[in-house]
Amino acid sequence: MTEANAGVIDHAASHTPPRKRRIRWGAIGDHAVLIVGSLFMMLPLLMVLQMTTVPDVEVIKTGPSLTIGHQLPENFDKAMFQASGFSGQNTGLNMLKNSFILGIGFALGKILIGMMAAYAIVYFRMRFATLAFWVIFTTLLLPLEVRILPSYEVVQKLGMLNTYQGLIIPLIASATATFFFRQFFRSVPEELVEAARIDGAGPVKFFIDILVPLSRTMIAAMFIIMFVYGWNQYLWPTMITTEEDMFTLVRGIKQITQVLEGNRIPEYGRANLLAIIAIIPPVMVVIFFQSWFVKGLTESDK
Amino acid sequence: MKRAGFTARWLPILLLMPQLVIIAVFFYWPAAHAVQSSFFLQDPFGFGSTFVGLDNYKDLAGNGEYLSIAWFTVIFTVLVTFLSLSIALLLAVKADNVLRGAKTYRTLLMWVYAVAPPVAGFIGLIMFHQSWGPLTELARSIGWDFKLGVNFNDTATAMVIVSVWKQVPVNFIFFLSGLQSIPKSVREAALIDNRSASGRFWDVTFPLLAPTGFFLLITNITYSLFDTFGVIDTMVKGEPGNNPMTLVYKVYVDGFRGNDLGGSSAQSVVLMVLVLALTVFQFRLVERRIHYT
Amino acid sequence: MAQVSLKNIRKVYPNGAEALTPSSFDIGDGEFVVLVGPSGCGKSTLLRMVAGLEEITEGELTINGRVMNDVDPADRDIAMVFQNYALYPHMSVRKNIAYGLKNRKTPKDVIERKVAEAAAMLNLNEYLDRKPSQLSGGQRQRVAMGRAIVRDPALFLFDEPLSNLDAKLRNQMRIEIKALQRRLGVTSIYVTHDQVEAMTMADRIIVMNAGRIEQIGTPAEIYHRPASTFVASFMGAPPMNLISARLDGGRVMINGDTVLAAAEGSGAVTLGIRPEDVVLGAEGSISFHVDIIEELGAHRLLHGRLADQEFTIHVGKDVEAAPGETRIALKSDAITLFHPETGKAL
Repeated sequence: MTEANAGVIDHAASHTPPRKRRIRWGAIGDHAVLIVGSLFMMLPLLMVLQMTTVPDVEVIKTGPSLTIGHQLPENFDKAMFQASGFSGQNTGLNMLKNSFILGIGFALGKILIGMMAAYAIVYFRMRFATLAFWVIFTTLLLPLEVRILPSYEVVQKLGMLNTYQGLIIPLIASATATFFFRQFFRSVPEELVEAARIDGAGPVKFFIDILVPLSRTMIAAMFIIMFVYGWNQYLWPTMITTEEDMFTLVRGIKQITQVLEGNRIPEYGRANLLAIIAIIPPVMVVIFFQSWFVKGLTESDK
Repeated sequence: MKRAGFTARWLPILLLMPQLVIIAVFFYWPAAHAVQSSFFLQDPFGFGSTFVGLDNYKDLAGNGEYLSIAWFTVIFTVLVTFLSLSIALLLAVKADNVLRGAKTYRTLLMWVYAVAPPVAGFIGLIMFHQSWGPLTELARSIGWDFKLGVNFNDTATAMVIVSVWKQVPVNFIFFLSGLQSIPKSVREAALIDNRSASGRFWDVTFPLLAPTGFFLLITNITYSLFDTFGVIDTMVKGEPGNNPMTLVYKVYVDGFRGNDLGGSSAQSVVLMVLVLALTVFQFRLVERRIHYT
Repeated sequence: MAQVSLKNIRKVYPNGAEALTPSSFDIGDGEFVVLVGPSGCGKSTLLRMVAGLEEITEGELTINGRVMNDVDPADRDIAMVFQNYALYPHMSVRKNIAYGLKNRKTPKDVIERKVAEAAAMLNLNEYLDRKPSQLSGGQRQRVAMGRAIVRDPALFLFDEPLSNLDAKLRNQMRIEIKALQRRLGVTSIYVTHDQVEAMTMADRIIVMNAGRIEQIGTPAEIYHRPASTFVASFMGAPPMNLISARLDGGRVMINGDTVLAAAEGSGAVTLGIRPEDVVLGAEGSISFHVDIIEELGAHRLLHGRLADQEFTIHVGKDVEAAPGETRIALKSDAITLFHPETGKAL
């Protein structure tokens, strides 16, 4: 018995080294692919970042390089507090403010309205429930881009051009959050609402005492996704906001690119830094709340 | 609906109201308006419009420029979808394999999700800068005289690369989470049944990822059709000229710049039909798609 | 304390499916009634109608003489324990237990006192500030009980409260629940698909099948005098043996062997006998072929064939047994005869 066992161990031992080596090669290959992928993602950003630290004249000559200059504070000052354009309103700071208003306003509005509608659809016996469901979820089918001109006309007729309402509310007119919360509410155990009813909680109490606290993680995930989505809107703000004091960073990017043309020395430092500033808040949110964000994103696929 | 739902009468209506009002005003009204005005010819000076029936659509069908843009859109969509899906799948499989640094890789690979398409386009402009863009130089080093904004094919290539760069992260996140949701026992069973890693991937992992992949396929087509607007608008610097453009961009150019409302509306309707067809296709396949649970 | 009365209660779902045919029964003050049956037999529907979570299609439900058909669940003076406990996951144990009282605007000091009492009774004192996710299955079960107790309801409703627990814990909680109910003396309706729970806990059992009540009776009545072949095979483990037999000239015959004299009528019948009511021995009148012996420690089960039909015998641990031909006798007073088609007891 012992001998046989020893034989088995020997046998295994004699095979272990080559197998180990093979696995290690595989792992190195995996890491190599991942590193190349990460570089593909990271390098452009690092180059843009580098270019914000050197004087514009140097950029014009050599483009991105390995030198880290001292120009960052000056470029930051230009980007945040100096306006390009005619009105003097579209400083980086002002655009940043507008971006936050759009991102947060959009996320909050969408979550609030979506939760309310989803609650009505999932937890109430209604006569026109099916109709309401279809009316709402049809909006998932047509992105804003395909109805952009008529939407613009509607906003114009309502006198909401160059207003925050005009910017935010039409973007809320799709059911993504509603759909998401509907899925989530349906996954909440049936018995909770029954227990609550026996405990004497009415619909409003149940919503506030139980459903909203239960949805905290989901709300957070939704908020992150919606914030990023709102922050990154481009076409709609481009059409709705024509006054420079209403520009968001992403909306302003076109003007930023235009400074790259011109006869004067193109302001690379300022342009690149504004691009970085437009990237940072949504990227930070996504990175710091990664697990919520991933959960929220992938669970909507159902 | 829950089996023990509440029976209140007015509360659900009250809860639904905000959503219904917003979509009525900002979804159904504009959508109906688009359909309607696609049958009219707008007077260029704003003095009313004439009913022209299907003329706007006939014009589109006979318009060589429109058809070539449609053709470009198809090629662009196929390239962006295929490339971003396959790169993301490769990276996800590798990231799922490695034990060390998996989280770091995930972060490094996914942050671009949060970059707005026009900002991605801006970064593309820098990367493909005519005199010192790193990618321009890379192209030159292999004898390719890359001219962004001048040569149609070069511009299109740059647009595809930037659009793929922007789209890989979201696909990566979905594929990785799809991979991680494959039960450990299934992997172990496969490990016993098949000694070749690539065999295991194609026989077991890939089919199990199919639902995710299919969902992403539709998402990516939609992305290529619509969300790349920002990339394209930045990369052509708002001057379409002879540069490549997609159908959505054409709607914008004709309607907003060219003031051809009828034609632009007809184009919108064509896109709506396209998206609807895609969605119906998706629902039908999802219904039939195999559930492995 | 409460008396509950159901008169021709019927449930039809909007899609036309009849979940419960008109059913009537009364429950006395302080009684522990168990509704038992396979899944889909309508027992949960019945319970949920009593709770007010499901609308009553027809019939009349009264609790203490008051018609409850259209009364809100919160106003029926009931408490319910759910299969998955239905604890509010974001609230501490204390808040979970107190939530119902809070909604009834009970004064704070009263709530505190009642929660403390319930916690003491259920050994939950140390866990009051934990979240449900930090508790074991048995503890969660106790919290659910606590939530029911603090409200001093007239009626307890249990919907398969033990089926998410492992076997050992289930036995323990079974005894705890029963003891608690005895102590509080609250009328209780308990739904389960587990016949052991039904037998051990009930004052009276209601056996249900396919939306109908098959039999109402004490555990002993249900076990020894099943009203139908369904009850006979559903209650008891192993179930009652059911064998085709012939009734001929006042005698019941299996394969030509007489097993019971003095029965009336004639024709085919189904003969039912519990495995423990069979005596093994050479003097037995019927031949039995043993295929498999299941050793259970305290006793043995002999599975085999009697007149080519499956048959099981329960014998004590000290009874010698071996596979092969043997002879058995049936205790004649333990035999129940059923109609071969309707399955009703004759």
